[in-house]
Amino acid sequence: MASGKTLTIGIMDAPYESANSTTALRVIDAALKKGHNVNVFTYEGAVNLTMKGQQPHPNPVKGTSVEQEQHPTTKDWVASLFNLASARGVKLDWVNCGLCVDERGAGDWIDGPRRGGPKDFLDASVASDATLVIPTK
Amino acid sequence: MPKILNIVETAYRATIEEQDDTVLWLTHMLKNGGADISVLLRANAVNYAVKGQDASGLSFGEAKMTHPPEIDKDVEKMIQKGVPVYLVAEDVNERGLSDADLVSGIKKVRREALPELIDQHDQVWHW
Amino acid sequence: MAKYLLIESRDPFDSSDSEYFCELVEGISNRGNEVILFLVQNAVFPLRSGSKHNDLIDKLLKNKVKVLADNFSLKERAIKRPLDGVEVVDMGRIVDLLLEPGTKAIWH
Repeated sequence: MASGKTLTIGIMDAPYESANSTTALRVIDAALKKGHNVNVFTYEGAVNLTMKGQQPHPNPVKGTSVEQEQHPTTKDWVASLFNLASARGVKLDWVNCGLCVDERGAGDWIDGPRRGGPKDFLDASVASDATLVIPTK
Repeated sequence: MPKILNIVETAYRATIEEQDDTVLWLTHMLKNGGADISVLLRANAVNYAVKGQDASGLSFGEAKMTHPPEIDKDVEKMIQKGVPVYLVAEDVNERGLSDADLVSGIKKVRREALPELIDQHDQVWHW
Repeated sequence: MAKYLLIESRDPFDSSDSEYFCELVEGISNRGNEVILFLVQNAVFPLRSGSKHNDLIDKLLKNKVKVLADNFSLKERAIKRPLDGVEVVDMGRIVDLLLEPGTKAIWH
């Protein structure tokens, strides 16, 4: 059941480079499961989290195929979060910072995210019940 | 509108492509968007308030950075726009900086006063 | 008096800046605010008994700071029993704390 509460999260880390990304997705997942709406603002490298062109790969050290390894991509994690939000009847609003997208060529993303900018983050934060910024180092 | 404090500590991270500091730029944009926002520079980011920073001359092969960041000027512009910019005093001193090295309009705050500064803001975004 | 959820992700072995954040936690607490410190990712390293940084956590606990540790981060690092006085929590609890009215959340 939807709680009516909204959490806004700002993130910066590019995929696969920092445990911050893992924790951020865990927070979003936990919030959605509790019936909260979540706004995500991706800034800088974090806009790459949703790139449609990400591909899983096999693991030559373990000798596994692509199918066996089931290597996760961040776009699949994020797509799953959108499915979770839909299933729980809550809103996941994922905004990729447009200028950051442009300079990274990260504009071809999965279904769900939208293009935006710092004003979206400010407006989301003001309208939310809580805001958490997870920086990059 | 909540009072927001942006704490910036990482410095010179993104100069390979950035013509600004990413969080100072974001602060500027948020201010333009109507935010009631202040900035606290700490750790290496206190160097952002030093006059005369020069990142010009970057080139790779024939490709040149034609508009390098001018972060000291960005800090000055921010102050002129009415964004309070604080510096942690001890971080300045530990880096061998004096007031004469810094752009004008900066407000120094001692480490022990940071909790009070934080208390004065509704949101504290630590970048 | 305000409520703070302070989140430390860095560890003192890798980051000398952890000391700054511990001082900030204490300073905010000493102003009469309600402070919870949540340790996540490598910040749980000082929670292994025998770590040279146990004292950082002990000091916070003695100063009545509530210290929480992320269950996944502990498990990931095979820290089976964190220091006494530290509560192990899941991310759902952190979401609850984030959304408690009047809470300021600061990540380091």
